[in-house]
Amino acid sequence: MASITLNHLVKKYGDGFPAVNDVSIDIADGEFIILVGPSGCGKSTLLRMIVGLEDITDGDLLINGTRVNDKAPRDRNLAMVFQNYALYPHLTVYENIAFPLRLAKGKHTDEEIDRLVTEAAGTLELTDHLQRKPANLSGGQRQRVAMGRAIVRQADAFLFDEPLSNLDAKLRGQMRSEISQMQRRLGVTSVYVTHDQTEAMTLGDRVAVLKKGELQQIASPRELYEQPRNLFVAGFIGSPSMNFLPATIEGNVLRTALGDLAIPADKAAKAAGKKVVLVGVRPEFFEDAKLVEESKRAHGSTFRATLSHTEWLGNEQYGYINFDPAPEVRELLNNLAREMDADELRPQVVVTLDAASRIRGGREAEIWLDTRKLHLFDPETGDNLTRDVEAGAALTEEANQERAEEIANAQGDGHSTASGFASSNTGGGAPAGASAGGSSRGGATAAGGKHTTG
Amino acid sequence: MTSTKSKVLWGIVTVLVLVYALFPVASILSTSFKAPSDLTNQRFLPSPGQATTGNYEQILVGDAQGLFLTALRNSIGICLIATFIAVVLATLCAYAIARLDFPGKKLVLTTALAVSIFPVISIVTPLFNLWRSIGLYDTWPGLIIPYLSLTLPISIWTLAAFFRQIPWELEQAAQVDGATTWQAFRKAIVPLAAPGVFTTAIIAFFIAWNDFVYGISLTSTEAARPVPAALAFFTGASQFEAPTGAISAAAIIVTIPVVVLVLAFQRQIVSGLTQGAVKG
Repeated sequence: MASITLNHLVKKYGDGFPAVNDVSIDIADGEFIILVGPSGCGKSTLLRMIVGLEDITDGDLLINGTRVNDKAPRDRNLAMVFQNYALYPHLTVYENIAFPLRLAKGKHTDEEIDRLVTEAAGTLELTDHLQRKPANLSGGQRQRVAMGRAIVRQADAFLFDEPLSNLDAKLRGQMRSEISQMQRRLGVTSVYVTHDQTEAMTLGDRVAVLKKGELQQIASPRELYEQPRNLFVAGFIGSPSMNFLPATIEGNVLRTALGDLAIPADKAAKAAGKKVVLVGVRPEFFEDAKLVEESKRAHGSTFRATLSHTEWLGNEQYGYINFDPAPEVRELLNNLAREMDADELRPQVVVTLDAASRIRGGREAEIWLDTRKLHLFDPETGDNLTRDVEAGAALTEEANQERAEEIANAQGDGHSTASGFASSNTGGGAPAGASAGGSSRGGATAAGGKHTTG
Repeated sequence: MTSTKSKVLWGIVTVLVLVYALFPVASILSTSFKAPSDLTNQRFLPSPGQATTGNYEQILVGDAQGLFLTALRNSIGICLIATFIAVVLATLCAYAIARLDFPGKKLVLTTALAVSIFPVISIVTPLFNLWRSIGLYDTWPGLIIPYLSLTLPISIWTLAAFFRQIPWELEQAAQVDGATTWQAFRKAIVPLAAPGVFTTAIIAFFIAWNDFVYGISLTSTEAARPVPAALAFFTGASQFEAPTGAISAAAIIVTIPVVVLVLAFQRQIVSGLTQGAVKG
């Protein structure tokens, strides 16, 4: 168990290009941190700097308060799961998992190794495959073996480098909840690199968004979603992503391509002095005006627009409104899209409507917009003008407390069912380990559900 | 239908290729059992009742024994040493080429290629003079060094290509798992590289084993003369008898190590050991 501190970390390659630029993150003991960003943002490099596979050009890396910049990977006592699993093809599953234990010469007796490997295999449901070679395993099983190799030793922290990107969608969902459960049960500090939003939002206690090697914002998923610091974070987090509408401000009224929108005075005040702003509106802030309750209606404003088409998904539907922005704004939007790895951004607003809405493409309709939630961005700097720092901090603090509770719960459960690693020293042979694996699995799905809804 | 048809076709092609490739070997084998008087019988096989093992007796225990057995010992010794040195050097070189980025990497590979396409015959005469004046003529090192020039380039190229296929993530994974650089190399990379090294060693050995030009030009006595060169010094029982049978028998015997090597290491040669290391 360990805390990890990244102190102004910089990574420059031979050509002087900073792949990671001045990143500082404090990772608390037992915390699950996600590094997310478009490809080439330096997230994997940062992870490899932590584990010691990349040299640190500048700044300090501290594990439990000790500077480890110059320590070899093996002296950092971290476990890593690689994107391609990196299993040793000439060794059986058993020997693959036992590999780190065998390297620590003299530390473990053969019986101990056998017990630890059997336990790890039990937790990961690999007991039947211990004598097989990696080549004969399915993708999901290989992934489990890679995890087994990480959990079998008492590492200070787990590092994951896009561990699920090679799995199909269904298996990915399953492994995701298993990783989440395992992390809580073991209470091990974890750093997880991904480009997948769902993984970032569901797994992380805090999510660090990176762009071109620079840390944009680090906060709980909810804070990122509700109080993004800038245009990039706002556009990157959320699917379908946030709509950006150019607007001019006159008093408390935003003049946009969709029409005039009255906004709350406090928001307008924060944008005072700006001529042009970008309005950030998440699709779900919109609603079919006919379906908005009278009590809610006063909190927003309505406008009339013609949808080009709608997509009905069962639980909700998406509507699309095209608009024609001014050329300079179009340029800005395209730049933003490029930064986020997307193709050219179409000047289009996506609105989420209730599944019951009868609005269809081609017809003019009245749409309601919850103006309390929208954000105003400075188009030049990209800063969020309406960010509520305190509300955001409160959200992250909430997430912190939830984490502590979850770890306490998961570990409490673990003891009562004689599960895996928290109690590994008190023994329990193969059958006990296997049954514990089964029971913790049930817990995994239950809590996985809680995660996604929460 | 089509599958049986294509199977039959493939079968025919296979047989044709086998006959084409193995006919010379079969011819030599049958000649090696012919008595000197039977050589010109104008048949593929020895005349009925005249098949003899006399040729083998002659080279293994008979008159030609001294010539052949010492040559065989020279060949085995020189080729093994040359192969060993070539493989060790090539392994280090190829590892660096596949793994590191250093100035002159291209140069090393190009030089190796240039050396391997350089015609052997054109450097034999200078070597002959040089070896005589520095005392390497007709010695084992005098052959091992030229053999290295034949075996090293191809070893470097094969091994570099092989090493490039090994996922280096394995080495990094091992380091994270607690291995030193050396342990990571030995426990994660060497087992994967072994088949490639074996294959290279066998190829290098054959190249050295089959050499004739250096063998005949840089030796003069039994001190270092290898088998391919020694075959030319066989004589018949009298000056009117061609030593064809004895030469055939010797050729068959020197083919045996090659066949044994291939059979012994065929698992390594064809093994696809890296499968499953990464996402397949």
